[in-house]
Amino acid sequence: MSAWVIRHLQTLIGSLGRLSTHWLGTTFTMLVIGIALALPACLHLLVTNLQRASSNWDDAITLSVYLKQETSPDDARRISERVRQRRDVAQVTLITAEEGLKEFRRQSGFGAAIDALTANPLPHALVIKPAAEYLNAAHLETLAADLRQLAGVDAVQLDTAWVNRLNAILEAIQRSIVVTAGLFALGVMVIVGNTIRLDIQNRRQEIEITKLVGGSNAFVRRPFLYSGVWYGIGGGVIAWIISQLIVAALTGPVVRIAGYYDSGFRLTGLGLAPSGILLATGVVLGWLGSFIAASRHLREIEPS
Amino acid sequence: MIRFDHVFKRYPNGRDALNDLTLQIDSGEMVFLTGHSGAGKSSLLKLIALIERPTRGQLIVNGQNVNGVSSSRVPAFRRQIGVVFQDHKLLHDRTIFDNVALPLIIAGIGSREIGKRVRAALDQVGLLGREQGFPLELSTGEQQRVGIARAVVSKPQILIADEPTGNLDPDLSIEVMHIFRRFNEVGTTVLVASHDLHLLQHFNLRRVRLEAGRIVDSVGAELLDPARLIDSVSAS
Repeated sequence: MSAWVIRHLQTLIGSLGRLSTHWLGTTFTMLVIGIALALPACLHLLVTNLQRASSNWDDAITLSVYLKQETSPDDARRISERVRQRRDVAQVTLITAEEGLKEFRRQSGFGAAIDALTANPLPHALVIKPAAEYLNAAHLETLAADLRQLAGVDAVQLDTAWVNRLNAILEAIQRSIVVTAGLFALGVMVIVGNTIRLDIQNRRQEIEITKLVGGSNAFVRRPFLYSGVWYGIGGGVIAWIISQLIVAALTGPVVRIAGYYDSGFRLTGLGLAPSGILLATGVVLGWLGSFIAASRHLREIEPS
Repeated sequence: MIRFDHVFKRYPNGRDALNDLTLQIDSGEMVFLTGHSGAGKSSLLKLIALIERPTRGQLIVNGQNVNGVSSSRVPAFRRQIGVVFQDHKLLHDRTIFDNVALPLIIAGIGSREIGKRVRAALDQVGLLGREQGFPLELSTGEQQRVGIARAVVSKPQILIADEPTGNLDPDLSIEVMHIFRRFNEVGTTVLVASHDLHLLQHFNLRRVRLEAGRIVDSVGAELLDPARLIDSVSAS
């Protein structure tokens, strides 16, 4: 290994050693950075989990087809058979007008009022579950249009609006993550920069002496840059731990909620790649913050 | 080796530290710079180490005109000059080894070579075996010798010292001056500022006396008569 690499490694380890001598202050700085990084990370977790949850709910997407009032039960069955033959349809459930009325009587509690009716006001209905591979907004619209063309079909109701709405909300949250992350990134840089600035002031004499014996600005700056990198690594690790703790705390309640919806949905934490990005973000921000602070303040210190 | 050519130095507060100073120090020479405090000794040395820049005039150090050295080249420029300070300017949280090694680390020299050269430098100042101690465990005289070891460890061609014996008792002072003399004898150009004429009388070397930023007296070694010198000291 060249002397240059060894020197960098020594500086890297040396700056860690220096940070550990003020471990309380170092821990606080890392904690603040960690919390600042954890906020966008947790928002990211929220979005990815909601996206996964909403794709689970795709199972719940159905088309309701209401047949014309005059359709006979036999015609209704025939229509349902024809629909069942379609490749993009997974399941068709026929709810005849009688069944519909029975169910309505049972669930609505308007028994007496319904008894007063002379005729069944409900049409026959088909509940259609699209095949999984055709579950996209465009194809669902095509399917609905085809169904509307069928003789005997009165109306087709496709309830994807709420999915679109949720997706729109998620997109808005994602945008806000970008903005929040930007602001917090700036915050992290200010925290690191300020810490490094104080460190530079405390080590003023050492910097002067180093410059007196021929140390360049880059040489004097190096240990401070590595300090910044360590702050970033520490902050990144703390942010990761915070996000995992939040996931662990919410897993139980979320599993219960999913249970009520008959869903096997489980919260997931940060994967390998996002964890790496989180750590790398910490390192880059720590380095950048200390670079800006060190470049600004080291130039001012000259031996006299 | 060092040539001042009508050099003026005025500080931002308006004080004139050097006033039309012309001085030549040849390669391999050892010169004492004397005068009262405030006479301009420190300013002269600071110009050589590029801690300050001349207000007017030319200063050539080791073949380079300091006016032509850009601030980004100042560190490299300083590395060719060893500087010893009255207050040692050691890093108290580093071992003696690390203090002496600092110029070599800055120069990017390999660890094994650093070890050899640091021990050689400490040997020359009589502190071999004390590498792992800390500066504050040493006496003032020993700390000053660590400062000298640091100044010479990268074998500079020029060694300058500002009142290196200012805080030392007479015996230690003579010892420290002898260390400078030994470096001079192996070819290093040495310039030592000192107001201690009693100390300087032990050395038959050229001395330049400053007063209010001007050279008032420059006596070559060949013209020095120790007996008369002591007279002039008691007279002043």
